[in-house]
Amino acid sequence: MGNILQVENLSVTFRTHAGEIQAVRDVSFTIEEGAVTAIVGESGCGKSVTSKSIMGLIQKPGMVSGESKILFRGENILAYTKRQWESYRGQKCSMIFQDALTALNPTMNIGRQITEKIMVHEKISRQKAWQEGIRMLELVGIPNAPMRMKQYPHEFSGGMRQRVMIAIALTLNPQLLIADEPTTALDVTVQADILDMMKEIQQEHGMTVILITHDLGIVADCARHIIVMYAGKVVETGSAEDIFYRPAHPYTKALLAAVPRLDLEQGHLETIEGAPPNMANPPKGCPFADRCPRRLSVCGKEFPQNTRLSESHQVCCWLQRGNE
Amino acid sequence: MMNQTDYLLEVIGLKKYFKVGGRKTLRAVDGVSFYIRKGETLGVVGESGCGKTTCGRTCLGIYDKTDGQVLYRGADVHCMNRAERQKFTKQAQIIFQDPYASLDPKMKIQNIIAEGIRAHKMASGRDEIQERVSTLLKTVGLDPGYGSRYVHEFSGGQRQRIGIARALAVEPEFIVCDEPISALDVSIQAQIVNLLDRLQEERGLTYLFIAHDLSMVKYISDRVMVMYLGKIMEITTSKALYHSPRHPYTRALLSAIPIPDPAMAKKKVRIPMEGEMPSPVNPPRGCRFQNRCPYAVEICREAEPDLKEIGEEHYAACHRWAEI
Repeated sequence: MGNILQVENLSVTFRTHAGEIQAVRDVSFTIEEGAVTAIVGESGCGKSVTSKSIMGLIQKPGMVSGESKILFRGENILAYTKRQWESYRGQKCSMIFQDALTALNPTMNIGRQITEKIMVHEKISRQKAWQEGIRMLELVGIPNAPMRMKQYPHEFSGGMRQRVMIAIALTLNPQLLIADEPTTALDVTVQADILDMMKEIQQEHGMTVILITHDLGIVADCARHIIVMYAGKVVETGSAEDIFYRPAHPYTKALLAAVPRLDLEQGHLETIEGAPPNMANPPKGCPFADRCPRRLSVCGKEFPQNTRLSESHQVCCWLQRGNE
Repeated sequence: MMNQTDYLLEVIGLKKYFKVGGRKTLRAVDGVSFYIRKGETLGVVGESGCGKTTCGRTCLGIYDKTDGQVLYRGADVHCMNRAERQKFTKQAQIIFQDPYASLDPKMKIQNIIAEGIRAHKMASGRDEIQERVSTLLKTVGLDPGYGSRYVHEFSGGQRQRIGIARALAVEPEFIVCDEPISALDVSIQAQIVNLLDRLQEERGLTYLFIAHDLSMVKYISDRVMVMYLGKIMEITTSKALYHSPRHPYTRALLSAIPIPDPAMAKKKVRIPMEGEMPSPVNPPRGCRFQNRCPYAVEICREAEPDLKEIGEEHYAACHRWAEI
């Protein structure tokens, strides 16, 4: 299938007292329609800021640079008017946040929060919207949906709250769903349930999903494509097989080695020494150079261009430049 | 059977109930017995609400017990006089889960770390305290110059290192690690686990390591204890737990852990658990796991299984462990 989303030269900066934080720096990638793409990276690598730009949620002091382009079905959404944004958000593109407890309104029952979204976008009676809300709760596997509609967020467990968030995000059948660390705060058992449920709905509806996470473990099972970000840059993109079986960037390799494996006998966990660079003053060269075990002299001077390793696999690393 | 004098901590039939509204009682820890040998790490795993944190805190005497005994080097932790208590707080320390909430934002790092040194009069004079703090910062991999900074200037992983330095300051022999890595990125988790590992080797520390994630616990623990609704389901060496788990709950927990390998993840079979964890205010009759257990039969609904020795150093609380 074709691409639903094309991000070109996206840069986002935040003006703070510590200087201008360059959260996302000249990032380009595409998202295939009907598939799950994972954006993976550590805290502060710019993955959440990237997803918020796609939802148009960057607010002051944040700024998306003028050269940036985000094409949704060929239309540059960054040039949208307020009204166009309103019909885009929620209907075409929807988002699940990490922390369901702060994302939901504690003073409104679940039913009102779901029907509110439906009624803003569609001319529909309250009763019909309520019925639709019940259907959505059932879709995400919440038992006793008609009764649950009248309850408030604090009456739900963490896992159930996350399901409610997903239900709200899925109403109106968005074409693109962004899930920002949807299971990070949850127990492994609940995490597995929620990921299974999302996978099922995604496959049934052929929805496009961008899954944002710091845990490479959870994407092996559900993502078709993986984008690895580091210090505001995309350092490697590829299919799940490319990234897991043929990782080319030293950072990707290090990330993979840090994931504990239950199925293997490992005596020692690999770690990445040091910390990511300060984004107020990012290094000129490859941002990973300081922590890289295979650093070359050129790495500190210039950021490497993209190297295409195969049809699906691209990497930004000087070690690969010579192989072209 | 091991010689009992090898036990640093022995817990016998420990219960901790909390009064909640409406004359109800929440049975957070409901009769657990275990021991920790000197120099070993006992991992405690289970879902949120299983009582693992309450268990750890009650072992340190932070909470009063409802029933049972906690013996530290043979002395009852909950029946100590002032001098004994003072000595115990120097021997046993805790590292908290949330590195954001457990460090005072108004105190300098050096004062946070020095608090224990001053309280136990372990150093005299400003210079000696200063020197100790610098050494501690170096030990946990932080720059000694950071002492005069405040907590907000540090990342999550660095804050957890500060928490570890604070615990080490009084030169304890026993540390309760209460989910020290849950709030951190995967790559940082590996750093902290390796740091704790190294410190144990250098100083002969004994750990009670609480986590909700079995995969990290595997690395650090000699033995692992699995809790569910305030009870121990299974307790054995970490090798046996991963290679031959006997309790259905342990198996379900293990099967929920994602495998960071696309081909194997697709082949993996998950053992499903029905529904959600019941409330510890009103636990089910019989075996606590029976209403979610795929193997439950009549006897499971009627009688609560005891924790039985089913192999060398292997205990499980299940009626049907031999058949399944």
